[in-house]
Amino acid sequence: MESILQTTFPFAVIGIAIFLAFNGVLMIVAYTVLAERKVLGWIQGRIGPNRVGPWGVLQPFADLLKFIFKEEIAPDKSTKFVYFLAPFVALTCALMPIIVYPFGPPINLEAAGIDLAALLPYGLGEGIKQIPLTIAQLDVGVLYILAITSVGVYGIALAGWSSNSKYSLFGGLRSSAQMISYELAMGASVIGVVMLAGSLNLNEIIYAQIHSPFKWFIIPQFIGFIVFLIAAFAETNRVPFDLPEAETEIVAGFHTEYSALKFALFFMAEYVNMFTVSVMGTVLFLGGWYIPGLSYIFEPGSIPYAIFSHVGFLLKIFGFLFLYIWVRGTLPRFRFDQLMTFGWKFLLPLSLANVILTVIIVFLLNR
Amino acid sequence: MATALFFIFAGFAIACAISCVYHKNPLYSAISLIGVFIALACVYLTLAAPFIAVVQILVYAGAIMVLVVFVIMLLNLEEESPLNRLRYLYGIGGALGLVLLAQTFFIFYAVTKNQDKNLKPDDSVGQTLNIGAAMYTEYLLPVEIVGILLLMAIIGAMIMSRRLRRAKLELVVDNKEE
Repeated sequence: MESILQTTFPFAVIGIAIFLAFNGVLMIVAYTVLAERKVLGWIQGRIGPNRVGPWGVLQPFADLLKFIFKEEIAPDKSTKFVYFLAPFVALTCALMPIIVYPFGPPINLEAAGIDLAALLPYGLGEGIKQIPLTIAQLDVGVLYILAITSVGVYGIALAGWSSNSKYSLFGGLRSSAQMISYELAMGASVIGVVMLAGSLNLNEIIYAQIHSPFKWFIIPQFIGFIVFLIAAFAETNRVPFDLPEAETEIVAGFHTEYSALKFALFFMAEYVNMFTVSVMGTVLFLGGWYIPGLSYIFEPGSIPYAIFSHVGFLLKIFGFLFLYIWVRGTLPRFRFDQLMTFGWKFLLPLSLANVILTVIIVFLLNR
Repeated sequence: MATALFFIFAGFAIACAISCVYHKNPLYSAISLIGVFIALACVYLTLAAPFIAVVQILVYAGAIMVLVVFVIMLLNLEEESPLNRLRYLYGIGGALGLVLLAQTFFIFYAVTKNQDKNLKPDDSVGQTLNIGAAMYTEYLLPVEIVGILLLMAIIGAMIMSRRLRRAKLELVVDNKEE
């Protein structure tokens, strides 16, 4: 009994952690949708949703119910298997990066004054010195996120192809071309940060920016930050780069033929991708969960320190998400050839120049 | 645990590989191939090589196969009908399969024979830092050669596309002069 418990305990903890993180992220995503509609309403001089619950607070749940109870339609002559597979691919790839999000600083059990060995039966808590607020301390966190999001293109591309509709096909083609192009610029913009931090682990990158807000990589890597921000908008198919679903040209692009819950999966995938990109931006350029001055109030490693850091992390992410919504309410859409020219002839050379500049500076400083 | 995971992912990889070969629809084959790459990446992860695993997904599943799917979508290929003139390939394929099978059995034989020489698993080899250090010290020359080769390929592709355009341009100019 004891040995079974001891072997299954870590898996159970990880399972619970994934469950919590998954639900938390999806909850934030649901309310991002509401926030988007509200903020867009204010920007456009409307009120926004205000019927379901006070101030429209229950709107996301009403939307979800609507999506569940709508009729599932598969177009005639569509490639059924791929048509059903595509939304799952999109959402799975969007959700997988959750396991490397650094939600907060590790809780040091000694500093927090918790004796886990006494709290847990069967000696399960023995030898645990700290609780990391990251599910997987992956050595290659940044690359992992980039890799998984690059697989996410298939969801959109296959949806476009399998729907057997010209608008969907256009949307899928546009999206795969756009995402391949901007992935390069995005990857190159991250290289500078990785060089300065000396690690691909997201927590290590945060530790490299700690102690002062002037150490945040947004200052030495400002060009990289701008390139990252623009590429992030393109990678998540958001305005001004929402050509895969440009409603004035190709109805709704790749999800024209999707209805009910399958459409909801695409919708959620888009917003989870926004969240992931915001997490990346926060961690790489804005110091992640680090709040300046918090270590003077609370001891690092204690529970209130972790909680306040987590709140700071979420606030930075909300800042990014607000920027997304703000830009959507402000900018018009690019033309497709403008998008390609901008990506290949301006953004990619700029990010490569930034890489070379960073190499030279790092080399001179470390000499 | 690691063994069970290995068998799950290896089985998935083999199933995907078989479906890749057997499907007549090119897009289904491409999707199966993506499945093979992802399963292989999972196997690398269980072998304590996270960097290789991630690069496998990033390069093969994320970049190369996207281009393949893109081309299939653009060309809108019909289902492939069996070609008679490629019949002799069945023989070659069978022979290569036999060679692979023999190799597998040889590995089984070698492993079971030398079971007492237990190799210590070294987790640090697969780490990014060590791979980078090895690439820029011990294996610097191969890395440089591969880099130059890739640069040549990029420049070659650019020159070929450029030349095509110039030839068309000249054709137009010639026609006008006539």
